[in-house]
Amino acid sequence: MFDALADRLESAWKKLRGQDKISEANIKEALREVRRALLEADANLQVVKEFVSEVEKKALGAEVIAGVRPDQQFIKIVHDELVEVMGEANVPLAHADTAPTIVLMAGLQGTGKTTASAKLALHLRKLERSCMLVATDVYRPAAIDQLLALGQQINIPVFEMGSDADPVEIARQGVERARAEGVDTVIIDTAGRLQIDQDMMAELARIKETVQPNETLLVVDAMTGQEAATLTRTFHDQIGITGAILTKMDGDSRGGAALSVRQISGQPIKFIGVGEKVEALQPFYPDRMASRILGM
Amino acid sequence: GQGPLNQEAVLEIEALLLQADVGVEATDEIISRLQNKLREETLPPDQAIAYLKSILRDMLDRPGGQAYDPLFMPEKDRLNIWLITGVNGAGKTTTIGKLAHISQKSGYRTLIAAADTFRAAAVEQVKVWGQRSGTEAIANPGKNTDPAAVVFDAIAAAQSRNTELLLVDTAGRLQNKKNLMEELSKIRRIIDKKAPEAHVESLLVLDATLGQNGLRQAEVFSQAAKLSGVVLTKLDGTAKGGVALAVVQQLGLPIRFIGAGEGIEDLRPFSSYEFVEALISG
Ligand SMILES: Nc1nc2c(ncn2[C@@H]2O[C@H](COP(=O)(O)OP(=O)(O)OP(=O)(O)O)[C@@H](O)[C@H]2O)c(=O)[nH]1
Ligand SMILES: Nc1nc2c(ncn2[C@@H]2O[C@H](COP(=O)(O)OP(=O)(O)OP(=O)(O)O)[C@@H](O)[C@H]2O)c(=O)[nH]1
Ligand SMILES: [K+]
Ligand SMILES: [Mg+2]
Ligand SMILES: [Mg+2]
Repeated sequence: MFDALADRLESAWKKLRGQDKISEANIKEALREVRRALLEADANLQVVKEFVSEVEKKALGAEVIAGVRPDQQFIKIVHDELVEVMGEANVPLAHADTAPTIVLMAGLQGTGKTTASAKLALHLRKLERSCMLVATDVYRPAAIDQLLALGQQINIPVFEMGSDADPVEIARQGVERARAEGVDTVIIDTAGRLQIDQDMMAELARIKETVQPNETLLVVDAMTGQEAATLTRTFHDQIGITGAILTKMDGDSRGGAALSVRQISGQPIKFIGVGEKVEALQPFYPDRMASRILGM
Repeated sequence: GQGPLNQEAVLEIEALLLQADVGVEATDEIISRLQNKLREETLPPDQAIAYLKSILRDMLDRPGGQAYDPLFMPEKDRLNIWLITGVNGAGKTTTIGKLAHISQKSGYRTLIAAADTFRAAAVEQVKVWGQRSGTEAIANPGKNTDPAAVVFDAIAAAQSRNTELLLVDTAGRLQNKKNLMEELSKIRRIIDKKAPEAHVESLLVLDATLGQNGLRQAEVFSQAAKLSGVVLTKLDGTAKGGVALAVVQQLGLPIRFIGAGEGIEDLRPFSSYEFVEALISG
């Protein structure tokens, strides 16, 4: 279903063999293929438009490189631009000067917040940063049990107050406890919420206001379609995110959502989830993501 | 776009469809069908939109070009087994809770098989839904037990209690995991073998926020679980679930229910009219 962009460009350029320079006339079809490839990879339509016009500008301004075919040069321009948009280097998790570092997890329902909370705790412990998990999802059936079970698996303490308490209060007391116990990093798991659910978004804003986190991570499912742009915009406008985690990257989705998340929030994707197990967390590398989106 | 629609109109409709996750290929096809129609007769813009909607409804009402029975309910006085499948976090367990609730309200003897033996607290979660709907959940107390064994036990329980609807919750799995898809096939085989008298429905739960990967999911799950239909969840958000159009058309699978919230009542039968209106209204 998804042809690698290179294959497609091949045919777009075939007619142009012998032309040794990128020009407005010969680039048209190639740009159309880029647009198509990005849309098939689930990058957002609006984001794609901007991206393609940026690529066009760069391609037209590109110097002719001796010995490099224009199609190859064009592919490199597309790839480089994608890497640049996605933030060049990997950005690590914040580390506060005075403990605890506070990390707030946020996102739509079922994206992988609870799993990612546990994964992150395990990852930090490997870096010799002690952790505590805080269970503020009082809505989803057995959400607290889920976090408790994960905490037990990796031997990380979980702060919870049952499902009758107020999530804001749970977060506040959780951070207090972490501080009292000298824990390095406290990770607050929250309930999934739609960005149009005003009550739930207001609750998240109150949690953030109360605990003043060092990181607010938007957890986004790599299989997300066009909605990735809308949800990122709203979470960023209403809550303010400092980064993202892209989950379920072990699947065969192309992950164009990554482009939307980065482009719209301007914040880096810090980690990717690559499996259901607690070890399955990796740093995010923009160049690998660029190749994946382009099917290269 | 060479055709009766002007370039502006084509771009507008194209943007609408692409932003609803209909996908490039299906969007091209829909627009060319619209162009063909308009070539036969000139329609004013509002009628062109009406025709576009009718194309979309037709796609949904005739999965794979075939008509189907829109009535969907368990058959009374016999065992029905509904196998609920899908990728991680799509809404399977919540849908089971909602289905158990409707089923109980409609007077069917209902049972749940808690066959997600993998995810942390998955059994506890489905048991809460069981309590909410007044439905017993058959589970295996051991950890990481074989889900097929749970299904086997649940079928035995259903048979001995004259259960009319057995709802089987399965663990989320990504379709490119060979071993997990094989595990699902095994569950399906157990159902067919252990309950040959049962009427089996195999439903894929698709999250409306999904992009084009949804089509691949439907292809692979169809093979592994012999799918007979789709449940589209999370339509209470702003996502339109347009990839379901391609799933219906290419795999011939009807959409049976939509999920529109996290509450027990938030499940509705699918209506192509409502779906298309929501998709086109932007
Ligand atoms: N394959 C795979 N599955 C994942 C990954 N991350 C999470 N999951 C699975 O996705 C499903 C949802 O994960 P959760 O952590 O419960 O998601 P959540 O965002 O906390 O969900 P809610 O609290 O209901 O909003 C579970 O089945 C997880 O095992 C990943 O990186 N890869
Ligand atoms: N807004 C909304 N949320 C839903 C809907 N259906 C399910 N959810 C939420 O989505 C999240 C995941 O739902 P589950 O039922 O646990 O999904 P699942 O497919 O069983 O997940 P795994 O078993 O981990 O693969 C939960 O937070 C649900 O409350 C829906 O129709 N609308
Ligand atoms: K919707
Ligand atoms: Mg959770
Ligand atoms: Mg489940």
